[in-house]
Amino acid sequence: MTRLGRVLPLLAALLMPICAQANPALEAVIADNLEGLERPSRLTVEPLVAQIAATGPEGLALLQAWSERQLGLTEDGRAVIIGDDDAATDAVTGQPVPEADPQMLRPNSGVRGVIESALVAGALNDPDPSRRRAALDSLARGGSFEQLTALRAALDDPDPTLAARKARLERLLTIQVGENSEARVTAIEDLAGDVSLDFRAALNPLLVTRRVVATEEPQGNVAREISIDGDDLPREAAIALLVSEGVLEPRLTSAEQRAALAANLSDGRVGGVPVADLSDPDARDRAYEALEDAGTVPPAATEAEVQAALDAHRVYELYAEPDPAVTEAARAAQIRAQVRLGAMQGIDLGLDALSLASIYFLAAIGLAVTFGVMRVINMAHGEFIMMGAYTGYTVQTLIADRTLSLVVALPLAFAVTFGAGVVLYRLVIRHLAHRPLETLLATFGVSIALQQLAKNIFGTQARPLTAPAWLEGSITINDVISISSIRVAIFVLALLFLGLFLFIMKRTRLGLEVRAVTQNPGMAASMGINPDRIAMMTFGLGSGIAGIAGVAIGLFAQVTSEIGQQYIVQSFMTVVVGGVGNIWGTLAGATLIGGLSKVIESFNPGNTLAAQTFMILFIIIFIQFRPRGIIPQKGRAAEA
Amino acid sequence: MSALLEVSGISKSFDGFKAINNLSFSINAVELRAVIGPNGAGKTTFMDIVTGKTRPDEGEVRFGETGKSLLKMNEAQIAREGVGRKFQRPTVFEDQSVADNLTMALKADRSPFSVLGWRPSSVSVARVAELAAEVGLSDAVDRRAGELSHGQKQWLEIGMLLAQEPRLLLVDEPAAGMTLAEREQTTSLLCRLAESRAVVVVEHDMDFVRRLNCKVTVLHQGSVLAEGSLDHVTRNPDVIDVYLGR
Amino acid sequence: MTRTPFILRTPSTLIVLAVLAVFTITVTLLSAAYGTGAIPTSMVKTLGMTLCLALAAVAMDLVWGYLGILSLGQMAFFALGGYMIGQWLMYARTEGIVAASLSGNPIPFTPQELRDGVTNQIFGVVGSAELPMVWGFAHSLTLQLILVVAVPGLLALVFGWLAFRSRVNGVYLSILTQAMTLALALWLFQNDSGFRGNNGLSGLQNLPGLDHVGQARLSVWFLWASALALGLFYVIAAWLVSGKFGSVTRAIRDDETRVRFLGYPVEGFKLVVFTLAAMITAIAGALYYPQAGIINPAEMMPIASIYLAVWVAIGGRGRLYGAVIGAFVVSLLSTWFTGGRAPSINLPGYVVNWVDWWQVALGLSFVLVTLYAPKGIAGIFDLIGRKGDRA
Repeated sequence: MTRLGRVLPLLAALLMPICAQANPALEAVIADNLEGLERPSRLTVEPLVAQIAATGPEGLALLQAWSERQLGLTEDGRAVIIGDDDAATDAVTGQPVPEADPQMLRPNSGVRGVIESALVAGALNDPDPSRRRAALDSLARGGSFEQLTALRAALDDPDPTLAARKARLERLLTIQVGENSEARVTAIEDLAGDVSLDFRAALNPLLVTRRVVATEEPQGNVAREISIDGDDLPREAAIALLVSEGVLEPRLTSAEQRAALAANLSDGRVGGVPVADLSDPDARDRAYEALEDAGTVPPAATEAEVQAALDAHRVYELYAEPDPAVTEAARAAQIRAQVRLGAMQGIDLGLDALSLASIYFLAAIGLAVTFGVMRVINMAHGEFIMMGAYTGYTVQTLIADRTLSLVVALPLAFAVTFGAGVVLYRLVIRHLAHRPLETLLATFGVSIALQQLAKNIFGTQARPLTAPAWLEGSITINDVISISSIRVAIFVLALLFLGLFLFIMKRTRLGLEVRAVTQNPGMAASMGINPDRIAMMTFGLGSGIAGIAGVAIGLFAQVTSEIGQQYIVQSFMTVVVGGVGNIWGTLAGATLIGGLSKVIESFNPGNTLAAQTFMILFIIIFIQFRPRGIIPQKGRAAEA
Repeated sequence: MSALLEVSGISKSFDGFKAINNLSFSINAVELRAVIGPNGAGKTTFMDIVTGKTRPDEGEVRFGETGKSLLKMNEAQIAREGVGRKFQRPTVFEDQSVADNLTMALKADRSPFSVLGWRPSSVSVARVAELAAEVGLSDAVDRRAGELSHGQKQWLEIGMLLAQEPRLLLVDEPAAGMTLAEREQTTSLLCRLAESRAVVVVEHDMDFVRRLNCKVTVLHQGSVLAEGSLDHVTRNPDVIDVYLGR
Repeated sequence: MTRTPFILRTPSTLIVLAVLAVFTITVTLLSAAYGTGAIPTSMVKTLGMTLCLALAAVAMDLVWGYLGILSLGQMAFFALGGYMIGQWLMYARTEGIVAASLSGNPIPFTPQELRDGVTNQIFGVVGSAELPMVWGFAHSLTLQLILVVAVPGLLALVFGWLAFRSRVNGVYLSILTQAMTLALALWLFQNDSGFRGNNGLSGLQNLPGLDHVGQARLSVWFLWASALALGLFYVIAAWLVSGKFGSVTRAIRDDETRVRFLGYPVEGFKLVVFTLAAMITAIAGALYYPQAGIINPAEMMPIASIYLAVWVAIGGRGRLYGAVIGAFVVSLLSTWFTGGRAPSINLPGYVVNWVDWWQVALGLSFVLVTLYAPKGIAGIFDLIGRKGDRA
């Protein structure tokens, strides 16, 4: 199949319905040019093809069949198309022709090139934009010089998008199949610096190399010489290459050697060496050499021979593309693309890190608040995240409209976890005041109970919490930078909560009292603030935010009873690294942890386990230098 | 007579608040000294710096005949050098017996492995009994420290300080929460102790300071305002200003 | 403070040792291999493993109950001990199997062929063709036994030095120990860590060269080994906390700052106890996993260490026998309830299935113990006699 062959079935499908009617113009052209059809020459075929193409869809279908060698001429001068099922149809009327025995036409490649470009030109100039788009899609997968010429002739397009695409495609095709070296180099330089996938894809085939073993510099477009035993070609790989190129006998593997020795075993000896000694590799070599000398086994390449072969040969990388000017331009363009790509990937990484940081921020903020005010770590915090996520899931099963269900779920999740937090505070935490380690353990008890409870209610399998349609998909800036809408939404949510939190802390009575209790509980109490009530409110608030975080996390992760556990350690780390002084500490901690996780991950893609390991190690070291976090609590109280 | 403790030009600020401001202070090997000053004068911070709890921003603290700098040492090292500290609130190990508390404080090698190998000897048992008697806790040797009264805890802590045999003793408001009789007892104990070592008493209570009958250093806003006998400093107009207000 | 022998000053130690001896002998007499067979081999193994867990709990109590560090990473040391002994068990046994299969060939095998065969057997699952560096000592029982205490000890030493030096304490320290455990577990989960990733080490119940003995007898041997280890380290721990050293550690637990002003190098004490506890825990792990038969990184996820803390808290922290009681009661109850043999409770309209509800009950009872019975089960002994010493 030619490349065009792939697009033709599509064109054919588009054309078929119209073919049922007769086409007198086509009939006339065929009648006049039977000779030209049967024995076309490069010189005469062009006007004929143009004539046929001008007759309309039937003409194009005929051309398609012709180029695919599916067109035949009957004795009575009718043109018939033989389909894939061997049934014949009249090319003019589209009627089936039973029992036809046409003489098949076999156009040579020159003629087929002319036909193909006529077809592309036809499709590219088709009044229907969708057909033009289809033709461009097909050309984007690659094309011939004729198609390039046809494309150049059809650059004008009423649709500006398509016109732009055509222009771009023209450049890309020129890189691949341009008329000469200058044209191709110019095309490469025109696009240099572009980071789109299609440009990089156009460059790649130009830079494909193969390794060649030779004794001196080979003919062709040499990319470079590879030094044997260097980083790119370790000695063993070089030997394997020489063996595969046939310039070196394969060395004997130890399994083959053992098999050969076993085959020549006699009287408990092999080649004069007692079998019992053969557990020593040196003894095996001696036995094998003895067999070699006796001529019973074929000689194997010795180390000296291997070395001689390595010394005698050099390894080159040859470009498949013969034109050095083109490969040079392509290499330069690729380097430029890679540099820009690196920068773009950096930006993409930054966006990723930002969204991860937002999640950690949402997950940790509640923890930081309770720790800051009460000096207790709530191990059940992760389960509040889980409760929020399950609340979202439950609401979604009740309200079908996803946007509406989300709007209901967010405040509801806050309410549910706020309530749970208040209950936990009143029943457990209040009674363990000033015993942080006991609180940690008691809340851990709550945590395992809640986890199992969730398993009992919702089952162990993951529950989906589906985002509304407008949150699906992603915002794509170019082929490299893209960010999913959900993550943008979570970022906005995090900002919202930062704002809300700052508002509560700085502008409301509650915030004032919370700050007072954080700084000096005794003094606050003596001024009529009820520290118990403040602690309860902050605990509820922190838990409520965890619930909201749960809905947010549930939107992109599966909701399971362990969903909280996946974020809880990172949340702890965020609090520890950020410091418990204020919300900016949490923000800094989340940014640091989110950013660092992504950066470490980018060094070792696909190995998130290693990334997390290094992350935690980093935090342990970080604590050495800033035991109180990035933004520590200030004042003399903190020194005590 | 050379100085045992030589504090020169130390400053320490917390978030811009200068708790100690270019403070210099020295005390002889055998001396009783009272440090007085209103709230926020920097008394506690001064003790924190000497005992290694807080590091000053600048200045120097030297101790002993060789003038060893204390600034590079941690609390435990400073304590081993012979600086003992009594906190304002009695801090004894409530979960352990009086004898255990005193045994722990006995002067001995403090490193973990020698503590591991340490076994009570007749000498150590006798010394504990002697200390208990000195602070009036002979009957309570086997009681849990947590069961003692507030005053008894104060005494136990003093006993622990004696067991440490410090060369410099820093005492933070010893009179707080004591009955008149206990104050009397404390005064005589402090005076007796000062016969063989340096004792610094940080106190609020002028009445108590008067009983001590020793040299007085007045701190104000982190530096020394006046120094001399109590009568001398109370006549100082600056001191009157600070204490009585204008 | 008279010079009575230490063991007589702490009657609880004597009682624990006696109970332990009676327990071990009873189980032996009821086992399939050496007695009536009333206790099946799997149960003997469970009891042996429980002894190891009790030993880990004793170490946890040293760190938490006596030193005040709520370490949420103890099971990392436990699993590390298991990994270290597991390396030898797996290597030596695989070596035996590979050697047997290679000797079918008329030509005797070379050491390299043996090593390649073993590597292929052990690391085929993770697609590695080379024996990782960390298996360099796996051929030697002596070296791996040294590593059982050396690796966790060194880890505890380095981690502890870093953490204590920067005066991290309280919940911060707990979180940090938890992070350390998580980091270790995640690292081991990777295939290229050299410990077979999430496959872990398996077949550890088979002792190389002892195939003819049979699991029934091996299980009793391990029960004895575990009981001896528990007895030995219980006595060592009790001795440790009974003297001045124990006094200082409890003082550190109650008021670290004050101990500093007494001149004690607090960090040094913490480091000694933390490292020692890590080593004891590792020995417990090294005895546990040959009975369990398999070890994988999931064993050291932070949750396991928190459960250890739960046992100690329920048993009664701050006294060593409390830790032993807690480990026994809670882990055996857990086995029973989650094993599906506990009878369900039929409520009107709902059947309480213990497999599903045990965790809930455990969690809630743990909260109740923390709130209302901070002394745990061992607190009962105070109520009975008020004579219990503090060992």
